[in-house]
Amino acid sequence: MFQPWGRIPSAESNIKVLSDIDEIARTMHKHKNSIAYGAGRSYGDVCQSDSGTLLVTANLDRFRSFDSATGELSVEAGVLLRDIQRHFTPLGWALPVTPGTQLITVGGAIANDIHGKSHHVHGTFGHQVVKFTLIRSDGEVIECSPTKNPKWFAATIGGIGLTGVISKATLKMQRIAGPWIDTETIPFGSIEEFFRISAKSNSQYENSVSWIDCTSRNSNRGLLMIGNRSNLQKPAKFKDAKTFPFEPPVSLVNKLTLKPGNMAYYALSRIKPAKSTVHYEKFFYPLDGINEWNKVYGPKGFYQYQSVIPPHNALDATKEMLKVIGASGQGSMLGVLKEFGTQNSLGLLSFPMAGTTLALDFPNRGTDTEKLFAKLDEIVKAAEGRLYLAKDARMPREMFETTYLNLNKFKKFRDPNLSSAMSKRLMGN
Amino acid sequence: MKRIVLVGATSTIAAECARIWNKVDDTHFILIVRDKNKAKRVAKDLRVRNPKNTFDIEVVDFTSTKEIINVIKNTAKEKIDLVLVAQGVLPNQVDVQNDIKAIKQIVGINSTSVVQFAQGFANEMQHTGGTIAVIGSVAGDRGRKANYVYGSTKGLVATFTRGLAHRFAGTDLKIVLIKPGPTATAMTADRTQNGQKQADVKVVARQIVHGIKAGKTEFYTPGIWRFIMLAIRHIPNAIFNRMNF
Repeated sequence: MFQPWGRIPSAESNIKVLSDIDEIARTMHKHKNSIAYGAGRSYGDVCQSDSGTLLVTANLDRFRSFDSATGELSVEAGVLLRDIQRHFTPLGWALPVTPGTQLITVGGAIANDIHGKSHHVHGTFGHQVVKFTLIRSDGEVIECSPTKNPKWFAATIGGIGLTGVISKATLKMQRIAGPWIDTETIPFGSIEEFFRISAKSNSQYENSVSWIDCTSRNSNRGLLMIGNRSNLQKPAKFKDAKTFPFEPPVSLVNKLTLKPGNMAYYALSRIKPAKSTVHYEKFFYPLDGINEWNKVYGPKGFYQYQSVIPPHNALDATKEMLKVIGASGQGSMLGVLKEFGTQNSLGLLSFPMAGTTLALDFPNRGTDTEKLFAKLDEIVKAAEGRLYLAKDARMPREMFETTYLNLNKFKKFRDPNLSSAMSKRLMGN
Repeated sequence: MKRIVLVGATSTIAAECARIWNKVDDTHFILIVRDKNKAKRVAKDLRVRNPKNTFDIEVVDFTSTKEIINVIKNTAKEKIDLVLVAQGVLPNQVDVQNDIKAIKQIVGINSTSVVQFAQGFANEMQHTGGTIAVIGSVAGDRGRKANYVYGSTKGLVATFTRGLAHRFAGTDLKIVLIKPGPTATAMTADRTQNGQKQADVKVVARQIVHGIKAGKTEFYTPGIWRFIMLAIRHIPNAIFNRMNF
């Protein structure tokens, strides 16, 4: 029940559901070796405990205040981005930065410093945070903002939950014209072409992301999807999600389905009109329409490998990674490519930096998958890139230490009572 | 303007129902609670979600009959449309069966205060009409070893509420008994540990609001519990007592 999204089995842990923000400090104090658990949508062990306690924040889900003059919204940390978006979109406001799912908590969004299709315009989630309250296991309450306790602010944004438990946060909302997105899909046939059209569209479009076919070794075809808020003033309805009906005994994404699946996705997207106006939920969170879609990968679960490569190495390294992935015959239909903007991330352990990010799901095929990742790691390291902690479940510690350069600065801000399965794996405690 | 009274307003189910009722403009909510800080957070949440509504908080010791009488009197000075009585605690069965002092306290919150509120509001509202909805539980349908202390407190509430409904049948005062199955709330938080399957509180709240609106007098939520409890109630003791659940 309190698994990570990738469903790779990890150690058993206690569950402690927080029912009120007043309880946080006391509960943290009582449970050594604990870590906050929001919606469980990070892929690996960042939200897991190795034989400690998960502090579940789902019930800390109250709005606190909204200032319609400034667009500043204050919420408790367990509020889902979906609840914010669904309440405020009809009022003409939205969060400027959300990831490919809105079923995550505000606390999780800060702790992983998530990014989205608008990174080249708005930066990361951390850039939208006006302030937050951090609770420490010794009872200390630290108010953090870019100007107040800025070091704690920088350590906690992207700090994978290790500096304390966030109780509440104030976020900047953006004025929007309505719930609709004018979107366009542009096919490309090579990585060079992707870079050309992506650079051009990033200056004109608030949102941009590419789907990429991971199965072809040489051609690297894909689809660039761009969108801006539409002025269309038609009321919109929210649809209830359907639930993926069963867990197949083996991954439905496998050698037999991988190529046809990618081909079909490409072909189907090509016969749809290139330009259309779609509801924002369909544009930003297409997979939220199906609850528990992660079951498609079967009982062994799956990994997502997400890297970022700085601009000067981006073209070569991305091509090289796609070549290695194509040759391996592994992967899925969910290949994503995006060019980040140049805004510096605010967190010491934030993932985004100027450059190109590639993300792809891989059904867990044991040693085959591990071997493939080892090869990809070499490419990422050589290209001065790094991997996204919110997705990671397996990066070697040495790679983490050499690619996250602020790690030693960060360690001073850790709460002694907090640790996750990831922190044990990557930091030793 | 509509007036809605939530007794035990900080309970997860009550607060979730309030979010739905809060969608109607010009509603005044009275939150009768034990914990002021928690209630403030519930009220803030509702205020952000609908600035056109208003909220009062009344802090009451639920074990004090005097305070209960006073708050009912004050609240009922103006016409009330709906009262939801939702307070409750879920004790650890093993702890309370070994501590009969604790049993008194639990009966005090779950049963005594609940029926005092229901009866008190019914007395005030009998001429003006309105709705009084009381949260029971599937656990009140039949005692079993895993939770009979909690179950019996809810059983008392159920019998009382049915009697009240009988008394006011055919009048403008509607009495509703709601029996939720295990629901993911603050109260049941510790049970998630044992992997107990729990309903989503958003679904339960939606069904409660709908059931009250539809004029039902008694219902389970989620609806499936109607059939489960039908079966459980009819298992003969000779068999039931050999079962382990």
